[in-house]
Order: sequence, then C-alpha cells, then structure tokens
Amino acid sequence: MSREVAPARRGVGPALAPYTVWAALFIVVPLLFVAYYAFTDNSFAFTLENISRFFTAKSTAEGREQRTYLVIFWRSLRLAVISTVLCLLLGYPLAYIMARSGARRQRVMMILVMIPMWMNFLIRTYAWMTILQDTGILNGFLALLGLGRVHIIGTESAVVIGMVYDYLPYMVLPIYSIMAKMDVKLLEAARDLGCNSFSVLRRVILPLSLPGVLSGVTMVLIPSVSTFYISQKLGNGKFFLIGDAIEGQYTANNLHFAAAMAFILMVALLAVMAVMKELTNRHVRGGSGA
Amino acid sequence: MKTASKIYTALIFLFLFAPIAILLVFSFNEAKSLSVFSGFSLKWYAELFHDSATLESVRNTLLLAVSAMALSTVMGTAASVGIHHLRSRWLRAALNTATDIPMTNPDIITGISLMLMFVFVGRLFGLANSLSFWTMLIAHVTFCLPYVILQVLPRLNQMDPSLPEAAMDLGCTPLRAFLKVTIPEILPGILTGAVMAFTMSLDDFVISYFTAGAGFQTLPIRIYNMTKKTVTPKMYALATIIFFVILALLLISNLTGGDAGEPRKPRRTRRKKVLHAPEVKNDYVFAEINTGR
Repeated sequence: MSREVAPARRGVGPALAPYTVWAALFIVVPLLFVAYYAFTDNSFAFTLENISRFFTAKSTAEGREQRTYLVIFWRSLRLAVISTVLCLLLGYPLAYIMARSGARRQRVMMILVMIPMWMNFLIRTYAWMTILQDTGILNGFLALLGLGRVHIIGTESAVVIGMVYDYLPYMVLPIYSIMAKMDVKLLEAARDLGCNSFSVLRRVILPLSLPGVLSGVTMVLIPSVSTFYISQKLGNGKFFLIGDAIEGQYTANNLHFAAAMAFILMVALLAVMAVMKELTNRHVRGGSGA
Repeated sequence: MKTASKIYTALIFLFLFAPIAILLVFSFNEAKSLSVFSGFSLKWYAELFHDSATLESVRNTLLLAVSAMALSTVMGTAASVGIHHLRSRWLRAALNTATDIPMTNPDIITGISLMLMFVFVGRLFGLANSLSFWTMLIAHVTFCLPYVILQVLPRLNQMDPSLPEAAMDLGCTPLRAFLKVTIPEILPGILTGAVMAFTMSLDDFVISYFTAGAGFQTLPIRIYNMTKKTVTPKMYALATIIFFVILALLLISNLTGGDAGEPRKPRRTRRKKVLHAPEVKNDYVFAEINTGR
C-alpha cells in the first residue's frame, strides 16, 4: 500500500501533460478531421456524396464499364496481399537462417538487412525502374545468356517486385528478433522427445514465431496497400492503387473526396487489424509463453 | 542444407542490394545513361556539390530530423515516466491506444489527416497557405513520439521500483532521485528511441509530402520531384554518399563495443539461453508493435 503512494508519483501530471495534449491535438483530432471532410462538401455542409462516389463512380476501361474506385481498391488489396505472402515466403527462411548463425554473422546480416531500409526508398525504387526497363539491365543480362527479353515494367509484376523489395526487411526483422530470443531448450526438448528437424520447425518454431510473423505481415501489408510511389514508377501509372487515387485527389485539391477515400481505407484496415489481433491473441493464449 | 541456406541467403541479399549496386556503379558513369557504363568519371559528384537546391534540402532534412528527434525524445521520455506511474487504467489505455495510432495507420492517412487539420485551421486564421516548416515539424514529432515511448516505457517497467525509493530514503529529492537513478537506468532506451526518431524523420517521404510547405523542401521531397522527370546521376552520387555514411554508422555502432543502442536485458530476470547467439544489437521494436503489448 505504501508503495502505491510513493513520492515519485507526485510528478506525474507535469510529465504527462504535454504528451496528452499533443496526442489529442495531433493524433486524435486530425482523424476526426478526416471524418469531417469525408462527410462534408466544399461548403462544409453534411453530405454522403463523397462516400457514395467511391462505391458508385463508373468509368470505361478496356471497352467495358466498371466501378472505378472499387476496382482500384480491390487491386490495391490484391497486390498488397500477394506482396505480403511473397515477403513471408522469402523472409521467413532468411530470418531462420539468421537466427541460427553465429553471433558475428548475425550482426553482419542484420546490418545488411537494415541498410536498404535506411536508404531513401524513392531512389531505390527508381533504380528498379532502370533495372526492369525493356532496355534495362535485366533484359541485357537475359540477352547475354541467350534468353529472350521479358517485358516487366508497367505490369503488375513490376509493382509487386517493387513492394517486395521495399518491404522485405520489415518482414525479416520482427520474425528474426522473435526467433533469436527463442529458448533453445525448447528445441532440444522437442528433439529429445523424438521430433525430427521438420517437425521441430512445424510444431515448435512456427507456433513460437507467430507473433513475429503477424507483426511482419502488418508491417508489410499496411505500407503496400497504401503506397503511391511504387505504382507510379514501376506500374508506369497504369495501375492506379488506392494511394494513387488519394494522392491524385489531393493534388487536384479535391480534399473532401481524398478524405473520404482515406476514411474508407482506414476503416477497412482497422477491420483487418482487429481480425489479426484476435487471431494472435488466440494463438498466444493457446501456445507460447514468450 | 548448409550450402542450400548459404545460396539462399546470397540470393536474397543479391535481390536487396542489386538496385543499390546499380546506384553505386552508375554514379561513377561518364555518360548520363543508367544502363550502359561508358567510363569512369567523378563529374556527377562535382555537379552534386554545385547543386545548391539539393544541398539545401539536405540541410533542411537534417535540421528537421534533429529538431524532431530532440522534441520527441524529451516529450516521449516524460510521457513514458507519466504513463508508467499512471494509476488511472482508463487514461493509460487511452494513451496507449493513441500511441499505437501513428504506428499502425498507413503514412498516407497520417499525412492526409494532419494536412486537413492544418489547412482547416489555417483557413480559420485567413491563411492561404498554412503549410510550413512548423507544420512539418509537428507531423514529424507526432510520428516519432511512439517510437521513443515504445523504447523507454519497457525500460521503466523493467526497472526495480525500489531503486529510486532507496535514493529518496537516503535523502534525495524526488527530482534528484529521478535524474540520478531513473535516468541512467533507462538511458539505453532513451538513446535507442532518439536514434530511431532521427532515422524515421530522415527517411520519411509520405507524411512530409502532405504536410510540407512550398518554401521548405526536404531531400525525399526533392528526390520525388526529380523522379517525376528523369533523374540525373548526381542523385545517384548522393545516394552513394548516403550509403557509405549509413554503412559506416552501422558498422561503428554494431561491431565496436559501444552499446548505446543495445537493449540490455533486465538485470533481475534470469538470462534465457537463446538460439545460438546472444542478443543482437539494434534489436528493433518491430516485435513489440501490435503484438507485444
């Protein structure tokens, strides 16, 4: 009881006040502004026009009529999910290899994974553009090997390559940091109890690394679903994503419609995150104590 | 298996470093071409150092990053102490949720939301253009704060609460006990948080893009504007310089004894044996995000 009223607690108010005010003013209030702009027109009168435009606006592409923004939204989601799955498939083995290497090699690999994250992603994405061009280095290399040229730039594959490239470290690091902390006794115990390497992986390592996987999935999915630079550069502007749509409306000074799309994206992502959080909780409760 | 994993690792790193290698090589290219190397030259480096707009954007970026780091580190550390000692569960949950928002929201939404507010408030005061260095600073502090808090708060939770109490029993004032006992205990967290805030600010493009004023251009925004047209290899030269600076910093912080960035284990818990190797430095907060709390 006496610990509860320890003198250290007296100073709490002044320490906490600036952040509380800051968080309210610059985190919470701006989100309210998104909702406010989304549901108003240019004279700030209430309207559902912006929201319904997102769901109903139609345009003609490739000779048939389609719902412009729903198509864009679906495409963003699809490409982001593909990229996330590819990041997981590529990144999980790397994280595992890293965690099982010697201390010194682990550090070197950490540095190697982190360097790209700290270099400006715009210029790295631009470099991919020059690699993937029809007359670029990849095609030059393929021609050298006597293989045919491939047309990648301006396709969905190019956009996916860009996303996987930019966000792969965000998948590797959380998984790695969980695996590196894994209690090696658990693996030894599993082996003592008759597991072979594969079942150690499936029954011990995979479940224990699940929080890292979910964290990595979130960290790849969210930026890739909302990107606008990668699609502009590597998709040649042909594959509008929801980020492009928002950025386009912002550039055109259509703030209310931009806000409406941001609002819808936010709500959709909140739903996805809630489901993922629920899944993690269920697994963490059922399995690991880490 | 051993060879297989070596080949696999090599291929992944080839993928990660191919574009960087291209940047490095073609920054020394004589011609402007980005696919044919026609001869070694340093002329793009010379051009870079005569490009005053780019140099100014580098200065702006550093100024913004240092300011954002200083503000978010001080405010975030104070906030962590406050949250740690908070008795109201409701307020703590509310603050934790608010802290999570900038980390889980896509950057584009954080950027748009701040921009909408700035524009709206600016209009109230009759300003045609309310975006400036200051709006950008507010935005950067806002997205840096959670990284500081997520580094400092766990340290406070790991600290033995009887340490500052002992100091006070021995005659320290609460403030003195805080400065002499608590701060040194949580210093590694503060430093890691500061470094993360600095790098996040340095590298941010999306949020800056929406909150930047016309008069204040940071490097990512300048690069964005340049890549709308064709990029001259002087930007490759700049990327090459950045690469070597980062490489040097990472090597210094990781391979020498300096442990500023190393999250130490709490002293009083038993050290677990880990998979083959001890804690690796610069262990990011990634695992904590969304799952660890």
